[in-house]
Amino acid sequence: MPQTRYVIIGSSHAGLSAVEAIRLTDRDNPVFLLTQEDTLPYSPTILPYVVSGEADPEKIFLKDEDALKGSGVVYRRGEKVVGLDLHARSIILKSGEILDYDKLLLATGAAPVLPPVEGLEGVSCHVLRTLEDALGLRRAMEGSRSAVVLGGGLIGMHAAENLHKGGLKVTLVEALDQILPGYFDREAAGLIRDIFRENGIEVLTGSVVTRVFEDRGRCIVSLDSGEERTADLLLVATGVRPRIGFLTGSGIDAEEGVLVDERMRTTHPDVWAAGDVAQAPDFFDSGKKRIHATLVNAVEQGRIAGMDMAGDEALVPHPGGIAMNTYRFFGHRAFAVGLGGENSGELSPHHLVEKTGPRYRKIVLQGGRLVGASGINDGMDPGIIAELIRRKIPLQGLEERFISDPLGTGRVLMSRTWR
Amino acid sequence: MTGNGYRTIAFYPDRCDGCNLCVEACAEHHAGSKEAVHSRIRVCGDEEGRYTGIALCRQCSMPRCAMNCPAGALSKDPETGVVCWDEEKCVGCLLCTLTCPYGGIVFNAASGRVMKCDFCGGRPACVEACTRGALELKRGADLYNAWGDLEDLVVPGISACLGCNSELLLRHTLRRIGPNVVLATPPGCIAGVGAVGVNGKTAVKTPVFHPLLTNTASMLAGARRYYNRIGRDVTMLALGGDGGTADVGFQSLSGAAERGEQMIYICVDNEGYMNTGVQRSGTTPFGAWTSTTPVGSVLRGKTREAKPLPLLMVMHNCEYVATACTAFMEDYYEKLEKAIEASKKGMAYIHVFSPCPTGWRFPPGKLIEAGRKAVQTNIVPLWEFELKTGRIRFTYPVDDPLPVQEYLSLIGKFRHLDEEQIRLIQEQTERKIQILKAFTKEGRDGDETRVEGVGS
Ligand SMILES: Cc1cc2nc3c(=O)[nH]c(=O)nc-3n(C[C@H](O)[C@H](O)[C@H](O)COP(=O)(O)OP(=O)(O)OC[C@H]3O[C@@H](n4cnc5c(N)ncnc54)[C@H](O)[C@@H]3O)c2cc1C
Ligand code: SF4
Repeated sequence: MPQTRYVIIGSSHAGLSAVEAIRLTDRDNPVFLLTQEDTLPYSPTILPYVVSGEADPEKIFLKDEDALKGSGVVYRRGEKVVGLDLHARSIILKSGEILDYDKLLLATGAAPVLPPVEGLEGVSCHVLRTLEDALGLRRAMEGSRSAVVLGGGLIGMHAAENLHKGGLKVTLVEALDQILPGYFDREAAGLIRDIFRENGIEVLTGSVVTRVFEDRGRCIVSLDSGEERTADLLLVATGVRPRIGFLTGSGIDAEEGVLVDERMRTTHPDVWAAGDVAQAPDFFDSGKKRIHATLVNAVEQGRIAGMDMAGDEALVPHPGGIAMNTYRFFGHRAFAVGLGGENSGELSPHHLVEKTGPRYRKIVLQGGRLVGASGINDGMDPGIIAELIRRKIPLQGLEERFISDPLGTGRVLMSRTWR
Repeated sequence: MTGNGYRTIAFYPDRCDGCNLCVEACAEHHAGSKEAVHSRIRVCGDEEGRYTGIALCRQCSMPRCAMNCPAGALSKDPETGVVCWDEEKCVGCLLCTLTCPYGGIVFNAASGRVMKCDFCGGRPACVEACTRGALELKRGADLYNAWGDLEDLVVPGISACLGCNSELLLRHTLRRIGPNVVLATPPGCIAGVGAVGVNGKTAVKTPVFHPLLTNTASMLAGARRYYNRIGRDVTMLALGGDGGTADVGFQSLSGAAERGEQMIYICVDNEGYMNTGVQRSGTTPFGAWTSTTPVGSVLRGKTREAKPLPLLMVMHNCEYVATACTAFMEDYYEKLEKAIEASKKGMAYIHVFSPCPTGWRFPPGKLIEAGRKAVQTNIVPLWEFELKTGRIRFTYPVDDPLPVQEYLSLIGKFRHLDEEQIRLIQEQTERKIQILKAFTKEGRDGDETRVEGVGS
C-alpha cells in the first residue's frame, strides 16, 4: 500500500461505512474522521427516540473511542470544516488549522431548511437534526402544552407523534395534499393520517402557512385558509438541504448536492462524496442525479466510496439510489421500496386494502419485474423486496402468486436466486 | 494469530420434508411456545411442494443490518461470529428488516419487536430438532485451527510420493488419536513412506511396529490384552493397506472382529498393491487398469467387482464401522472421534478411500478433487454404522449424484473404459447404494423391521 492519508468529513452513516470499507483493503494508512459536533458518532435517525425518551442519549453512540482507535481512526470531534483547497489537497478547519489529505470523502450530510414563510426568521423555532436539537426539543417540551409541526415528511411525522406522546396538543401542517409523498400514495398516506387523527393529532394537509409571529411568548401560525393555530412550541421539518456551504468556490461541482458518479467520485479525482450530501445517479432514471436522503442510501454510498478510495477490486458500481424506508407509528408499521409513492407515474399497481387494522399492500410490476412495493401492517420481507428490485429479478411466471403472497413467494425467489 | 472460524447453519433442501420441527423448536426455545410467529427460522417452499431454502440469519461477515442500525443495537460478536441483537438498545425502527436480503431479521407481530437467530448459545435448537439431516451446524475454519493446535506426531519430510493421500491421512489420524497409542503398519504404503523407519529411525513419534501382512489385527489384539492386564488404557491402531486388510490379512482381521478385540483398524484403500508395482487386489474396482489387469485386445481392466469390505465388517458386529475420504476431513475427524470411543469396547473399523496419483495415474494436484468427485458420484458413499443403533447412517448423503463418468474421467486407470463398462459401473454404483439404504432403516424405535443378523 502506498502512503495515503484518508480524510473523511462527517462521522455519521456515510463516514462510518466508508471507514469500514477502507479497512477491508487498507489496514495501515491513517484515516482522519472529523465531525463538527462534540460527540461520538451517532445517527440522526435515532433522534426521534431521544425526544420520546425511548433511547437513552448516553447510549446512542455507534462507536466508542476504543473502537475508533482500534481501527486506526484519528477521531476529531468538534472540528468544523470551513474550506477546501483542491490544489494544496487540504481542508481548512474553523480553528484555522490546515489538514492535508490524499483522499477526501465529503460525508457532511444535510441540514434542515426553513421554508420562506413570513416571520419565521423572527420566531424561535425548533428543528431536528442533531443531538443538540433533540435535547433542546426535549427540554422545550417540558414547559409546553401545545405544538405545531410544519412538514408531513418522516421527520415531521415522527416528531408529531413524540410530542403528542409527551402530552402536548399537536397540529401538523403539510402544504401538499398528502403526507409522506415520497414513499406512499394518497390512499396509504390517508390511512396513516387517519391513525394520527384517531390518536388525537390534528393533521392538516393541503394547508399552507402564510405567516408566523410571536405573541406573549407563544407562537401564532396563520394558514391560507384564514385559520390560526397557537402553540407553545414550533417545530419545522419541511425538508433538508446538503451541507455544501464550505465548498463554495472550491471547484467541486455541485447542484443541489455534490455531483457524483456510480463510484461516488466527484468531478475531482481525489475527492469523493456519499450520503445525504451527494447527488448520485438514480436507479430508475439513470440519466438523472438525485439525492436520496436516507440512512440505507448513506450506508451503501459510504461503502462504495470507501472501497473506491482504497482501490478495492471487488467494488461493484452503485446501481443507483432507490427510495426506501420503514416507518413505525402508534404501534403500526409501514415500509416502502421503489416506485409506488406519488412517483409511480403510469404504472398500474396491484392493491390490497383493508380499512380495518388497517392493512394495505401495493405491488408495482413492470415488464415481469418488481419495481416497487409498499405495505402497512403487511407481512413482507422489505429486505427481500428491495433485493428483488435492485437485482431486477424476473418473476418468471410467479407474478400472480407474488401479488397474493409476496412474503412466501419473495422467500422462494430469494432461496432460488441468491440463498 | 489463527483466523477465527465461525459456525453457520447449512440447509439441504433435498432432505427437508417440510415437517417444521425446526420452526417449532426455535419458537419453543425463544418464546416457550411452538407458534411459528416466534420462530427465527422459516422453511421456504414453492407451490409444487419443493423446499428451496430457509429464511434465516446468515451471520454475515459484514452484516448490512448492523451497518444500518441507527441505535447500535446490532453487532457481530468477534468471538462467536454471531450477529447479536441488543434488545435494550433497539428502538424498533425496522430499518434492519429493510437491509437484510435473506429474511434473517424479521418483525414478530406477537411481540412487536424484531427477532433474529442467536445460535441458541452455540447449540441451535432447530438443528437439534431436525430428524432428516436437512439442517447442519457447519463449523468452519475453527475446526482446522483446532486440528492445527494438536501435535503433529509425524516428522517433517517423509518419503511419500508427490500428492500421496497417505501422508495427509497419517498426520491427521495421529494428530487426532494422540500419542497414547501403539501403531501397527503392515507392509504397504504407510509403512513404506517411513512410518516404521528409515535407517533405524521411525518417522512417527509414537510406538510403532511392523507386523506381517497376515497378522496385524492379531498382534494388536495381543498388545491390547497385555495393556488391559497391566491396567493401562492405550489405543491400538492399525493403518493397513487394502491388501493387508482385505486379502492377505483378512483372516486375522475377521477373527479379531469376531472376538470383539479392542482396536481401531483403518484400511487405507488405494485399490491395489500400489508400492510393489500396481497389482490388483480384492478391492480394485471393476474396469480398473492395473499391471495384472491390463488393457489390451481382450482384457479391458479388472473383470470383477471390489469386495464390499466395510459391509463385511458391519456383518461382523463391529462396534463401529465407517467409510471416509480425506476430501471430507470434517467428516473423518468426527468418525475418528467415534472410533476412539468404540475401540474401548471392541473393534472400530474405518475404510478410507485413498486415491493414488502414482498407481492410478492422475496428476498429484488432483487428489482432493478425485476424492470429492468419488463421493459426489456415489462411487464412495460416506456412511457409518454403530452397533448401538444397529443401522447405517449416511454422513454425507448424495441424493442427486453426479454421473460416474465425472469421477472416472479424472483417473488414468479408467481412461480405456468404453460406454458399456461405464454403464455397468453406473449400475453397480446405484445397486450398492440401494443395498446400503436397506441398512439405514430404523432398527429400534421405528416401525420398520430391523435388518436381520445385524446388531444384537
Ligand atoms: C429526525 C430524523 C429521522 C430520520 N429518520 C430516518 C428514517 O427513519 N429512515 C431513514 O432512512 N433515514 C432517516 N433519517 C435520515 C438519515 O438519518 C440520514 O439520511 C443519514 O443520517 C445520512 O447520513 P450521512 O452520513 O450522509 O449524514 P449525516 O447523518 O447528516 O451526518 C453528517 C455528519 O457530518 C458532520 N458535518 C457536517 N458538516 C460538517 C462540517 N462542515 N465540518 C465537520 N463536520 C461536519 C456532522 O457533524 C455529521 O457527523 C432521519 C433523519 C432525521 C434527522
Ligand atoms: S429495529 Fe432495532 S435492531 Fe433493527 S435497525 Fe431498528 S433499532 Fe436496530
